[in-house]
Amino acid sequence: MRIYATYNIKGGVGKTTTAVNLAYLAATESGLRTVLWDLDPQGAASFMFRVKPRVKGGGKALIRGSRTLDEAIKGTDFDNLDLIPADFTYRNMDLLLDSAAGGGGNGSAAPGGKPARKLSKLLAPLAAEYDAVFLDCPPSISLVSENVLHAANVIVVPLIPTTLSVRTLEQLTEFVAGFNGHRPQVLAFFSMVDRRKKLHREITDNLSSERTEVAATAIPALSMIEKMSVERSPVTVFAPRSAAARAYRALWEEIRSRTE
Amino acid sequence: MTPGLAGFVASGDDAPAWAEVIAGVVTALEQGFAVVPERGSVPGGAQRRTWFDTFDWRLYRAGLVLEYVAARRGGELHLTSANPANAVNGATRGQAGAGASTEPDPETTQPVTGWQASRPHMPDLHDGPVTARVAGLVWPRALLPAVTVSSTATMSKLLNEDGKTVARLLVEHPSLASGQHDALPPRLTVTEVRGYPGQARRAARIVALTEGVLPATETVFADALRAIGRHPGDYSNKVDAPIAGIMPAAQAAAIILLRLLDTIEANVAGVLRDTDTEFLHDLRVSVRRTRSALKLFGDALTACDNSKIETSKGETSKGETSKGETSKSQARTDNSKKGRSQSQRQTPALTADDVNRFAAEFKWVGDLTTPTRDLDVHLLGFDEMAHSLAAAKPDDLEPFRGYLEQRRVKEFRALTRGLRSPRFTQLVQDWRTALTKLHGGKRGGKAGATPRSGQPVRRAGDTASTLAADRTRRAFAKVSKRGAEITPASPHESLHDLRKRCKELRYALEFFAPLYGPSELRNVIGDLKRLQDCLGEFQDNEVQIDEIRTLAAAMLGAGEAPAVTLLAMGEVTAGLAARQAMARADFERRFAAFAGADGQRRMSVLLRGGAA
Repeated sequence: MRIYATYNIKGGVGKTTTAVNLAYLAATESGLRTVLWDLDPQGAASFMFRVKPRVKGGGKALIRGSRTLDEAIKGTDFDNLDLIPADFTYRNMDLLLDSAAGGGGNGSAAPGGKPARKLSKLLAPLAAEYDAVFLDCPPSISLVSENVLHAANVIVVPLIPTTLSVRTLEQLTEFVAGFNGHRPQVLAFFSMVDRRKKLHREITDNLSSERTEVAATAIPALSMIEKMSVERSPVTVFAPRSAAARAYRALWEEIRSRTE
Repeated sequence: MTPGLAGFVASGDDAPAWAEVIAGVVTALEQGFAVVPERGSVPGGAQRRTWFDTFDWRLYRAGLVLEYVAARRGGELHLTSANPANAVNGATRGQAGAGASTEPDPETTQPVTGWQASRPHMPDLHDGPVTARVAGLVWPRALLPAVTVSSTATMSKLLNEDGKTVARLLVEHPSLASGQHDALPPRLTVTEVRGYPGQARRAARIVALTEGVLPATETVFADALRAIGRHPGDYSNKVDAPIAGIMPAAQAAAIILLRLLDTIEANVAGVLRDTDTEFLHDLRVSVRRTRSALKLFGDALTACDNSKIETSKGETSKGETSKGETSKSQARTDNSKKGRSQSQRQTPALTADDVNRFAAEFKWVGDLTTPTRDLDVHLLGFDEMAHSLAAAKPDDLEPFRGYLEQRRVKEFRALTRGLRSPRFTQLVQDWRTALTKLHGGKRGGKAGATPRSGQPVRRAGDTASTLAADRTRRAFAKVSKRGAEITPASPHESLHDLRKRCKELRYALEFFAPLYGPSELRNVIGDLKRLQDCLGEFQDNEVQIDEIRTLAAAMLGAGEAPAVTLLAMGEVTAGLAARQAMARADFERRFAAFAGADGQRRMSVLLRGGAA
């Protein structure tokens, strides 16, 4: 089982659309048994798949183990693709993770410490049933994101082509390099690229060639991608031949080829 | 979706009625869901499925159903349980969720290529989990197609208020692929989407309450078999005659013999086509049982019944029941309740001469089948025999195999000539006519008749029960007496004779099995079977030794016997002789276990308690 996490400290960079589209392509075009966990309490990924953002017992029941992840799984409308919905209680997941691991409220004090590995343990039983797990993370630096970074094999980082975004990537790379033992592979890509803007062109062209952790494929800023929230489905479903669908297919192909 | 299973079935007799039921289901579901046809192909939507088993349903009796699903290139074999407990749940776990539990067990699915469903051939199957599971069960029988069904399917999504698919409705339209493509009742399955079990249950409830919808209690396989007038397990070479203790003896005897005749006739086509060796085996066993039955209670058939019986036409039966003239349908008419207003006298269905003639004719059939069966036995055990050689090599025996196969071709030709002859056809027809007439009789055999053995008989009695007790007791007495006379110095013939008497007793127990207590019968048959095995091992080895000697001489005479082959055949006979000696040494122990004090007591318990 390979775990992919879409992560960025910033919000509004395309994490959820990326997670939704990549999970769909993994399931339907690559034939991988796939589950997407919507960890963002806003529940955007759940919304895209028309699943109510609600988990029985909330995040507390999942983290404490009174309910298994298996019980929370919902089938999507697509073959091979399931979803663990968001729940509003996920907003307190930091506290839940810390207390479940017996932490003293400062779980992030020891990177790689036990509170940071709770999510890995929760996900482990899914290996028997799934080939791919996608984690759609909330935008933050927190114990949740630290858990995600420890659990994932691949961190997929959507970047908006700005100087600050590049700095964020450097910080993330350094942070992961400090992990003891398992270190996920970080793979960034440029998202919401507007080729009409000179800055976007320069940054995407330069960084894609200069930095190995940046994918060659970029996702353009397209209205078709924004339309996903209206259609409530992956872009490949309602516009399979669109530029957006082609871009996500290319991105998924590149991620697969560079991470396997 | 689990292949072949469905939650519901549409009632009605024809396509328009079924279409109405399905439309009603959709309308009912629309009260709770948005019902949207699924675009694209439905997994398993258009299928051609053939179910296989041996003629005697060996897979079904082992609790298995073998299904072949044809595909453009090759196809797939599915081996499933014959008792699908989850067939009627109303909702089955859906195919939408990854890891849903209704996919066929990969252990029992096998892709196949070059497989002809119309002429399946076990050796054509490549190694795989299905081959591994069924090969041993099937051998030496052939797999035969039982029925073929073509089906199309449509899938509808059931959406909630968010437009999310929360369940699915699969409608499958099966029809018989052969003959007139008769349609079978459509099947409706509600499948669950993972995480929405309540919605699937709700949809299933709606479907269940729709007019014209019935719970599916049987598989498509069972439906299709019924449509062609069959059912799983509809053939067995067991006697299983439906007799009762209070039944007149003549009627019970006729029922038993009719059952045996059914088995003989059921196997003729398979023998003539040489489908597998066991058609001939079953035919022979039924012929042998028929001959034993005539010997045991042939007198019950010759009894003259002077009482008056009634027919629908009110004519004397003499004219219409002369041998060979009464059809099966006429016999049924004779027994109908319709025309019981008038009466007449009945002449006996069979005379003692008739019985003797039939017995002689069945002996002819038995003798006709012997050479081919003997060669079959050699060939079926050939590989085991070849691999048991110590000094010679298995390949040394190959010329012997070739010779056996040649001989079989010749003998099989003679056998088929006999089974296609007017003599055989007439025998079967006359026998059925006579038995059918007896079956319709209302009274049992007359006391004091003389059986074919010519021994004095005490009253046969009027009922099946008294006939069974009398003849079983006599057969057991014969076995006890002849077995007790055997000493280590006795000639082989005495053991051969005892084996025949044991067979007669075994057949008597099987014929009258419904009249005995099952556990008492098991107790008696267990020891008898072990004694028979011992005697069989003794005699079969001797017969095989004699045959191999004869065949060796014939091969030598024909110049087809290399020295190494003759040496290997010698080694084979030495092995057979050793096994025969072991069986002989085991005889006293086996006989004592069956006919000793405990055995006598078990038989007394059986006859006292059962055949009453």
